[in-house]
Amino acid sequence: MSSALAAARATARPRRPKWRRASTIEPYLYLAPVLVLLALVMFAPLFLGLTYAFRNVQLFDPTENGWVGFQHFEELWTDDAFWHALSNTLWWTFGSLVLQFSGGFGLALLLNKKFGGRKLVQAVVFIPWAVPTFLSGLAWAWLFNPLIGPLSRWLMAVGLLAKPDNILADPDLAMYGPIIANVWFGIPFFAITLLAALHAIPQELYEAAAVDGASAWQRFTRLTLPFLAPTIAITVMLRTIWIATFADLIWVMTNGGPADSTQILATYIFSTAYSKLDFGYASAVAAVLLVLLMLYGVAVVRLRRSLLIS
Amino acid sequence: MMKTLGRHPGQRVLAVLGHRIGILMYLLFALFPLFWMVKISVTPAKLLYSEGVVLWPSASTWHSYVQVLTHTAFPTYFRNSVLVSLSTAALVTAIAASAGYSFSRFQFRGRSAVMFLLLVTQMFPLVMLIAPIYRMLAPLHLTDNLLGLVVVYTAFNAPFATFLMQSFFDEIPRDLEESAMIDGATRTMALRKVIIPLTLPGLGATLGFVFTAAWSELLFGLMLINTDSQKTFAVGLLTFVSKFSVDWGQMMAAAVLALVPAIGFFGFIQRYLVRGLTAGAVKG
Repeated sequence: MSSALAAARATARPRRPKWRRASTIEPYLYLAPVLVLLALVMFAPLFLGLTYAFRNVQLFDPTENGWVGFQHFEELWTDDAFWHALSNTLWWTFGSLVLQFSGGFGLALLLNKKFGGRKLVQAVVFIPWAVPTFLSGLAWAWLFNPLIGPLSRWLMAVGLLAKPDNILADPDLAMYGPIIANVWFGIPFFAITLLAALHAIPQELYEAAAVDGASAWQRFTRLTLPFLAPTIAITVMLRTIWIATFADLIWVMTNGGPADSTQILATYIFSTAYSKLDFGYASAVAAVLLVLLMLYGVAVVRLRRSLLIS
Repeated sequence: MMKTLGRHPGQRVLAVLGHRIGILMYLLFALFPLFWMVKISVTPAKLLYSEGVVLWPSASTWHSYVQVLTHTAFPTYFRNSVLVSLSTAALVTAIAASAGYSFSRFQFRGRSAVMFLLLVTQMFPLVMLIAPIYRMLAPLHLTDNLLGLVVVYTAFNAPFATFLMQSFFDEIPRDLEESAMIDGATRTMALRKVIIPLTLPGLGATLGFVFTAAWSELLFGLMLINTDSQKTFAVGLLTFVSKFSVDWGQMMAAAVLALVPAIGFFGFIQRYLVRGLTAGAVKG
């Protein structure tokens, strides 16, 4: 070790730290493993998948590999299941997002006050974030199951259900199951990020506002909200994309059923690839989802820009 | 606190009471599904239906756990999941540390383009990669193979982990390396003697985040793995549920066992949650 140090000392140029004249290659050497892996495992399949959208690719039928042009997309246009999944995606994303956000915001505000045992409470209420999604889905599916879970009976007791049936088996109600599980799972995300943003607001501002006679509501709308606005904007946007493509919970709880009532685009892609082994059609649906998400991203960026200008 | 200034004492008590009730409701909501899982897992089979839905059975038993550990394939699934998650976490941490170091310490042409590329991978739906990845891995014999899962999970987690590691490197003042290097140390030596010891907590946190992510991955596991001996816990539990959906005790016992490592790592990375959630800003 010491001889290495001596050798290094001999070759070193003491007056000029090396990174100022670092070659353009060196940083890329450090990045190489990640970049190569991403190119092979994410970008290559992404482009390959986009070509599948215009090809006939069935898993166990290697002869069928030809280009079919826009045939999948024409099929899609008249595919009721696709349109149904599209509207379900909106309902699933919007419902989950609103409830996750308000639940998480509420929790962040509660945790922003000092009280005994706050550390412990914080650790416990954030646990759902750490629960693997397949377990979250199973746990909630079990709670809704009238054989072993209490929820159907409780829902009947408060008058929300006429009979203690499993709402996951009812096409009109099934979507509420995964949404509730998703809210349970997602509240910590918003609570954690918003709590961090709340901590960053200078306390003196609140004190000054209180001295000036601002009511609690005024302090909330004039101080807290404007300070949180950037965090809220970015987390909501990212979370929207994340939820819209989040298939695990629905797959575990309902498989998209009953009668496709909980099928969203992400689960439709998965079941078309996994159960029907129709990779071509699955990729066409995936391409549509990708375009929709990109449009959403562009819309958000433009909206933000116009808000900034005004 | 200033916020309660100028209120009646009665109002203040009410505010505190409301606050505590709110906290209590969140606690109950967070814990109830997990509590119920544990409850069913220790309920003797014959009491499950006869007692109906009660908060705690009149007798409890470890029987389901013993059954799961001795008479099912869950120990194998568990071992597979540990193997996959640990290897993924170790690999990701190594390559993400290297990439994060590059972002943190170098200004170079194409830096923001590369960062953007990494961000893009966090935006597009991974579910759309399932079909092409399957077709790419099959000829390499990496389907139905734990190594294939490790490769896929490593790629998926690398971008987020890179940003996380970058944030840890950014915290270490450059002067430290600079002075080491002025003293004659090479960059590699400065890295080994100065930077890495200071980044240990960051490396640990990254390891923890990636472990929990790999531990809970389901859809690619379902698609890529068929043989029972290669199944991860998520895949094994889901097939168990669809096959033997009557043995509630065993299912819940297995679920509780799958929960243990996740909660363990959660305790470990708790203090880095904010950073983890903002680094990639997308991983749920």
